[in-house]
Amino acid sequence: MNDKKWIVLGLIIFLGLFSFPLWYNMVIKAGKAAPAPEVVLTAKAKAAKECVMSKEYMTTEHMQLLDLWRHSVVRNGKREFVNPEGKTFNMSLSNTCLDCHSNKAEFCDRCHDYASVRPYCFDCHIENPKGEE
Amino acid sequence: MNSSRRSFIKVAGITALGLGTQPLTQAMATNASHGAGPEVRKGPQALLAKQWAMVIDTRKLQHAEDLEPLIEACHKIHNVPHFQNKKHEIKWIWESHFHNVFIDLHNSYLSESVENRPFLTLCNHCENPPCVRACPTQATFKRESDGIVLMDFHRCIGCRFCMAACPYGSRSFNFRDPRTGLNEKEINKKFPTRTMGVVEKCNFCAERLAEGKMPACVEASNGAITFGDLKDPHSEVREVLHENFTIRRNTALGTEPCVYYIV
Repeated sequence: MNDKKWIVLGLIIFLGLFSFPLWYNMVIKAGKAAPAPEVVLTAKAKAAKECVMSKEYMTTEHMQLLDLWRHSVVRNGKREFVNPEGKTFNMSLSNTCLDCHSNKAEFCDRCHDYASVRPYCFDCHIENPKGEE
Repeated sequence: MNSSRRSFIKVAGITALGLGTQPLTQAMATNASHGAGPEVRKGPQALLAKQWAMVIDTRKLQHAEDLEPLIEACHKIHNVPHFQNKKHEIKWIWESHFHNVFIDLHNSYLSESVENRPFLTLCNHCENPPCVRACPTQATFKRESDGIVLMDFHRCIGCRFCMAACPYGSRSFNFRDPRTGLNEKEINKKFPTRTMGVVEKCNFCAERLAEGKMPACVEASNGAITFGDLKDPHSEVREVLHENFTIRRNTALGTEPCVYYIV
């Protein structure tokens, strides 16, 4: 039983290869986080100043809001949304959200790509409701 | 400090009670401060009913050319794709022959006019819909507020149980991407398309009723189709039903269709 040195050598090589991604990123090619994307507002969105809810809420919770809208419109037939300020909106992704945010590529997609989420909203909902090129 | 076992248990009990009620009081506190949150409601123009129903006066729709504009109006508004292959066909409203529509009325000798007449067929929005019972995800459901049998495409998993359950063939499955069957320029941008792998059917124009408009086929029919609340004795449909003898499709099944035909 004189294989001890071979076993230890093998283990070292194995651990070295196994942890390759870790030390490669730390030592050889130090990684940097991808920069957070800049979201572009259209002129219409800028002029409106306030979205359906506050900006902070929309940034973090828009998916919950859209889910509520979807449920309310499709299942309960309630299509009007009254925000805390008392303004009413037609609950429609294409006809309300994308009416202001008509730049899907620069507004929706940038963040979704960055966060690596692939919502399938636009498989059905038309992304360019005004038909602009 | 002398503490008896008795006093120790007392203190421990009160502490446990206090910890136990803490989530409850917290929930009450947040509930109380929720007064000015957002609210959802029906629009002011929305048409309301207990059970929407339709009466089709087939005497006024004698030829296929009379039905065409109705079908066209519906399919255009709802972005219903058109495919050449019959197996991929998507239909919300279509024309059919008497024998195929009223399969339980097998009189051998029909009047000539009925024999040659095209019949308009669509989802019957049954009062007792078998498709709703078959759906494993509740993607199709009967809306409590107005009795429309609707599809929630977000939930549909494409199992097609509803298609097997529907005795009227009112449902179509998207075997292909429906956008490939639509003319790019003719898409109604206000209404979504569907996606491959979901079932679709007539929705009694729920989106138009919400805006106070009559369904597209009713609007295009020049009075041949009456639409209204079946449960309201003074509604237009009830008046028409009162004055005319009507038939419905396959009533023996007990589905209680809400589309009536004057023959």
